[in-house]
Amino acid sequence: MRVLAALSGGVDSAVAAARAVDAGHDVVAVHMALSRTRDQFRTGSRGCCSIEDAGDARRAADVLGIPYYVWDLSERFEDTVVADFLSEYAAGRTPNPCVRCNEHIKFEALLDKALALGFDAVCTGHYASVVTRPDGTRELHRSRDAAKDQSYVLAVMGPDRLARAMFPLGEVTSKDEVRAEAAARGLSVSAKPDSYDICFVADGDTQGFLRDRLGSQPGDIVDADGTVLGAHDGAYAYTVGQRKGLAIGRPAPDGRPRYVLAVEPVNRRVVVGPVEALEVAGIAGEQAVWFTEPGPGWFGCAVQVRAHGVPVAARARVLDGGAVEVDVTVDGPQRSLHGVAPGQSLVLYDGTRVLGQATVASTTPAVRTSAVPVPAVTVPEAPTPDAATTPAHRA
Amino acid sequence: MQVSVYLDHAATTPMLPEAVAVLTEHLVRTGNPSSLHAAGRAARRTVEEGRERLAAALGARPSEVVVTGGGTEADNLAVKGLFWGRRTHDPSRRRILVSAVEHHAVLDPAFWMAEHAGAEIVLLPVDADGVLDLDALRAELDEHAEQVALISVMWANNEVGALQPLHDVVSLARRHGIPVHADAVQAVGQVPVDFAASGLDALTVSGHKVGGPGGVGALLARRGLELTPVLHGGGQERGVRSGTLDAPAIASFAVAVDSAVAAREATAQRLTELRDALVAGVRAAVPGAVLRGPEDAARRLPANAHFTFPGCEGDSLLYLLDSAGVACSTGSACQAGVPRPSHVLLAMGVDEDDARGALRFSLGHTSRRADVDALLTALPGVVDRARAAGLAGRSDRADRGHRQPSGAR
Repeated sequence: MRVLAALSGGVDSAVAAARAVDAGHDVVAVHMALSRTRDQFRTGSRGCCSIEDAGDARRAADVLGIPYYVWDLSERFEDTVVADFLSEYAAGRTPNPCVRCNEHIKFEALLDKALALGFDAVCTGHYASVVTRPDGTRELHRSRDAAKDQSYVLAVMGPDRLARAMFPLGEVTSKDEVRAEAAARGLSVSAKPDSYDICFVADGDTQGFLRDRLGSQPGDIVDADGTVLGAHDGAYAYTVGQRKGLAIGRPAPDGRPRYVLAVEPVNRRVVVGPVEALEVAGIAGEQAVWFTEPGPGWFGCAVQVRAHGVPVAARARVLDGGAVEVDVTVDGPQRSLHGVAPGQSLVLYDGTRVLGQATVASTTPAVRTSAVPVPAVTVPEAPTPDAATTPAHRA
Repeated sequence: MQVSVYLDHAATTPMLPEAVAVLTEHLVRTGNPSSLHAAGRAARRTVEEGRERLAAALGARPSEVVVTGGGTEADNLAVKGLFWGRRTHDPSRRRILVSAVEHHAVLDPAFWMAEHAGAEIVLLPVDADGVLDLDALRAELDEHAEQVALISVMWANNEVGALQPLHDVVSLARRHGIPVHADAVQAVGQVPVDFAASGLDALTVSGHKVGGPGGVGALLARRGLELTPVLHGGGQERGVRSGTLDAPAIASFAVAVDSAVAAREATAQRLTELRDALVAGVRAAVPGAVLRGPEDAARRLPANAHFTFPGCEGDSLLYLLDSAGVACSTGSACQAGVPRPSHVLLAMGVDEDDARGALRFSLGHTSRRADVDALLTALPGVVDRARAAGLAGRSDRADRGHRQPSGAR
C-alpha cells in the first residue's frame, strides 16, 4: 500500500512512520508547514512548527530511508483552523483547534491531496485504535494507553476518512515504549519533549493572541441578576467554567469563589456565579458526525467534552438536522458535568468505541429529578485490534 | 527497477572526472598556503596556479580573483563590500539597484543591508520573459545616480534562463561611475564569460555549478575596486577574505572552470539541441504547458527549460516525477523546503496560481537524449495526476469566504 506518513518532527509520528515501513508499505514522509512565519527554533512547549522541527522530520525520514517533502498548508490552516479559533472565541464559544486541524487539515487537505496523488492512506502518530469488524466496517477506539488516548480529537473525521487513516501507535502500552523504540531505531527525536500547547499561539499566551488578533472590546462582568461586578477588556478572553483571572474586587456575599457561567459577546457581558450553576444536566449538540448512525430513540453511552476529560455516563438521541441531545443525569447528579462551553466538542463512546461526535451548541442546567429509564448498552463481541500491518481500508 | 534521470544540473552538476582527480590528488597533501615552510609553499603554489588558471579561463587577472567559500559568499561580499566601500567615501550613496529576479544570495544581503546598514533597495523590473527593463534602469539613474552605491544584475537567471543585457547595464552605469556586479554562477560554461571584456567591476562564479567541488567559489573584483571585507581574520586574499585557503578545492575548481569553458561551445550546441527537443516534447505531451523565459534561444541559457503547468502545484509535480525517477526542480527558493511561488515568476507578471505550478529542467554535461525521453514518457501521467490533486486542493477554497475571522488582522 502507498502510505503518506505525516511527520511533525516529533517522536510519535516518526515511530508511526517507522512501523508503517516495517509493515512493508511504500511510505513517503510529508511535513506540513502550517505557519507562514516560522520560528527558527522550538520555543517552550511547541513541538511541530519551527524550522528545527522540519529539520527533525527530515532527519527521521533519512534514517527511515523514505522520501521527504514539505507541503505548504499554511494558507488552508490560517483560513480554517486559525480563522475558526478566532471567530469562535469572538462569538463567545470555546473552540478546540486540534479537532478543527484534524477535520480540515490532516484528514481533509492532506488526505485529499494524498489520495489524488495516488496514496492509499495517511499515517499519523495519533494514539487511537482502528478496529475492523468481521463485516469489514471500521471502528475508532480509544488507544490501549488510556492516558495518551487521542480518539477525542479524531472523532470528527467520520467513517469515510477513517477508512483511509492509519494509526500504528494505537496499541502501544505507553509513551516510554515509543521513546524506547525511537532510540532503538536511531531516531534522534527519541528524547524530544512532548508538545501540548496550541501550536500557533506563540509562548502559550492564548489571551494575548486573541487580544492581538481581535482587538480590545471592553465590557462588564455581571452576576446572574445583571449586577455589574467588574470590567473586562474582551469577553472572548473568558471561558465557561473559568475561575482565575476574573479580577472582581468585591467578594461574593457568601464568600465563595465565582466562576464564568456564560460569555455574551453581543452585549459584551461575562456572567459569573457560584460553582453549582455550572452543573449541566443536558447538552445540545450540532453538526453531529456518526461512525454508525444510531437508530431512533435514546441510547446509552458515555460522553466526553474535553481532550483529557473523564467520560460521564449518559444517554443520547439523534434529532433532525445533525443535532444530538445528551442527557447526563442517568447516574445521578454526582456524576454530572461542570462548565461545558458552547463550541467544545462532545464525543460519545460505547466502552472504548467512538460512536460519534458533535459540537456543543448549548447546555441545560442540572435537573436532579430525572428518572427516565435507560436502555442497556449493548456490548459488542470483542473485536480484533488492527496492527499497523492491517490495511487502513478494505475496498 | 527505476530509471534515474537527473535534470537538475542548475542546482548542482556531477563533478568532472578531471576535477575529481585533481581534488583527490591534493587532498592527501599537507600544507597551509599561508605557512612559510616547504609544505606551505607547495600548497601556496597549488593555490596560485589555480588562481591563474581561473583567471585565464574567465578573462581576469590573477590578482582579481578573490577565492570564497562559494557563490553565496561571493555575492554577499560583492553587495555588502561594495556598499560599505562606497559609503566610506560618500555617505549619500545608499541606493542598491538589483534586478527583481536576482538569486536570494544577492537579494537577501541587499535587504539585510536595508534593514541593518541604512541601504535603500531599488528592485529593477523585468519584462514578461524575465529580462531586465533597461528603461527603468535609465530612469532610475537619471534621477538618482548620485545616490547609487552599486548595481547588481545577474548574467543569466537561474530559474527561467533569461540572459540579461549586461553590456547595456555596464555602459549606463559607467557614465555615472557606478560599480556593477553580476552573479554569473549559471552562465559560466554555458555562454561566453569574459570578465575584462564585460566591463564589470565584480563577478561571482561557483565551483559546483560547473563540475567542480562544492564549498568553493570566487568573486572576480576589478583591481582598485573598493571592497570592504565581510570575513575578518588572518588577512588572506589581500585582506578582503580571511580564512585558510582550501588548496585542493581551489585546484579542482580551477580545473573544472577551465574544462567547462574549453568545452563550452560544443557543450552549448549539444545542450541547445537537447533542450529544444525537450521543450518541443513537453509542449506536445502537455498542450497546456507554458514555456517561461525567452523563446529565442539566443536570449536564453542553452541548458535551461522552464514551464508552468496550469492547475498543478509544483511540489506535486516534483514528488510524482521523483517517484518516477526523474529529478528536477520547482526552481523557486525554499525556506526549509517549503515551496513558495517564485519571486522570479511573480516579477515577470505570472499570477500566483500559475506560478505555483512551475518546473525547471536543467541539462548538463552528463545529459543524454534518453534523459529527455524518460521525462517525456513520465510527464503526461504526472501532470494529469497533479492536476487532479490541484483540483482536490482547490475545491475547498470556495467556502473560505464564510470563514473570515471577525477580528482585525
